[in-house]
Amino acid sequence: MSALVIRGVRKRFGAQEVLKGIDIAAESGEFIVLVGPSGCGKSTLLNIVAGLEQPDAGDVEIAGRVVTRVPPKDRDIAMVFQSYALYPTMTVRQNITFGMECRGVPKRQQAEALARTARLLQIEALLERKPAQLSGGQRQRVAMGRALVRDPLLFLFDEPLSNLDAKLRVEMRMEIKQLHRRIGATMVYVTHDQIEAMTMATRIAVMHQGAVQQFADPDTVYNRPANLFVARFMGAPPMNTVAARLVGGERPVAVIGAGRPDEIRLTLPAEGGPPPGWRNREVVLGIRPEAIAEAGRRFGAEEGSFSTLEAPVEMTEPTGAETIVMMRLGGEPVLGRVAPDVRPVVGGAARFAVDTRRICLFDPATEQLIA
Amino acid sequence: MAEAKAAALAPGARNPLGRGVVYAVLAVFAVFYLAPLVVVVLNSVRTAQDIGATSVIGWPRELAFDNFSRAWGSYCIAQTCAGIAPYMWNSFLLVVPATIISTLLGALNGYSVALWRFRGDNWVFGLVTLGVFLPEQMKLIPWVLVLRELGLTNSISGLVLIHVVQGISFTTLFCRNYYVAIPAELLKAARIDGAGYFRIFWRIVLPLSPPILIVTVIWQFTHIWNEFLYGVTFTSGPQQPVTAALIALSVSVSEAPQYGVQSAAVLLAALPTLLVYLFGGKYFLRGLTAGAVK
Repeated sequence: MSALVIRGVRKRFGAQEVLKGIDIAAESGEFIVLVGPSGCGKSTLLNIVAGLEQPDAGDVEIAGRVVTRVPPKDRDIAMVFQSYALYPTMTVRQNITFGMECRGVPKRQQAEALARTARLLQIEALLERKPAQLSGGQRQRVAMGRALVRDPLLFLFDEPLSNLDAKLRVEMRMEIKQLHRRIGATMVYVTHDQIEAMTMATRIAVMHQGAVQQFADPDTVYNRPANLFVARFMGAPPMNTVAARLVGGERPVAVIGAGRPDEIRLTLPAEGGPPPGWRNREVVLGIRPEAIAEAGRRFGAEEGSFSTLEAPVEMTEPTGAETIVMMRLGGEPVLGRVAPDVRPVVGGAARFAVDTRRICLFDPATEQLIA
Repeated sequence: MAEAKAAALAPGARNPLGRGVVYAVLAVFAVFYLAPLVVVVLNSVRTAQDIGATSVIGWPRELAFDNFSRAWGSYCIAQTCAGIAPYMWNSFLLVVPATIISTLLGALNGYSVALWRFRGDNWVFGLVTLGVFLPEQMKLIPWVLVLRELGLTNSISGLVLIHVVQGISFTTLFCRNYYVAIPAELLKAARIDGAGYFRIFWRIVLPLSPPILIVTVIWQFTHIWNEFLYGVTFTSGPQQPVTAALIALSVSVSEAPQYGVQSAAVLLAALPTLLVYLFGGKYFLRGLTAGAVK
């Protein structure tokens, strides 16, 4: 059964259409991440799922029940907010039990649920404190506790980690993921951070300008982005996208900077190539930086599925774990990721290996993935 | 020019002369503003003979504190010789309920317009606060009609009603401006937790409100206590608040003017607001500049 179905949801604020018909369905136990740049409509969509906003059109269904006109409190959901939204005048204990108090849950049952949640999140020692006396990470935990204590059908997270410092953010990211594995609840998580999306999601909905650009598992979103927006949004550094021309006989060849003395010819793999109609046409070629490495790298592939080429090196960025190289392919700037001990000479030329299986081709007019 | 500016900005260590000038100017204005109060205080402890022999401006020859007891309990105001005590009581009966009711309504209004979106919410807020700018005199005739319809003419309850309604403009404005600083996510969290309009107000918003409630209470208390136009217009005789009674007291012409007793009565009548300011003044300033939550 689908835990959550969003069907044709539209929302307009004045003249601006912030959601242009959203369709998403989540299976029970899934961790769905809505990711996109600010203003893409992801938080509005989450508010509509929560019932805090009304859609202009479309329906929201939770566990098989249409809840579009049902108030938030009757949707059996819990939500964690970016600012944590802890009640400042209440203690941690009161913050966590307030929801049960509103619902008239018997005191004994409240105490049991509180004890269970406090143990799970290791906040037993904080129960009598006020939110102002807690650190950012502790507030985050209490906000999670307020959601967990209710044992709802659906958990909603609205950028819950964006107020934490980098180290704590990584820790809490893992904790939330473990928590999801442990309790197996359905979660919808909004973030603008594509790393959070990649690491936590079972499926990612990439949103842009009020529309879902791609809704798929992280591997597919990363390796086969549905369009140029997704290709350029996901990944750090993002996918290289350069203009190219498709030529070739039995096996297609992508030419970057065709006609230039330094043009680059990349022979594409035989299977999964572009449809025949694309021969001799302009395309946008996308390739992840990690698919361009120092010459000699085999990418765990057989002979012939990668090409070797020579390119001028413009800049290097040693990060410790790897070295990021900015080079020119057929005149176009392209990033590659080479081994940490490889330091190509800036201003000179170096040889690189390219994993041609990882190449994506996009239609320059529609920006959609061709192959 | 630059020197003068520096002296004005920092009348300190470098320039004792500039400092002296600043303090002299301040002293002159302080004397100017305090002079009427000094005259009243001095007269309140002078005997009638003393004042009659010289004028209302002069040092007391001997301290006569019985002016206060006469003003409080036995001086004759409009044929009733019970001093201002009954009128002080009237004022309390007026001020306490009017302050509490108008502050609570203002808090509820401010909460509604600041934190809930409804059709025409900005219009409602605009119309309510328009009352801040309407002069009292303009509303005299309408209130005459309303009080007559309700049968509340010449009663303390009538004045309570007037001050509650008039006060809502100010209290709503104060509270609304304080509540807009409450983050919207707090209300969203409460709604998901299952709290409704009144529970959110009672359990979440009101506990955050003491700073602004102190401000509105002080404001309403002093304003209603000191108000006298409605008092003299809508009440007479034993129903009058103390400010209106003071007028009656000063026009009693049956005997020679009792400046000493009148001064004492004025001081007694001003005492409650003075006390409110003494004890609440620091909260007042703090509350006016406080942000709501953080």
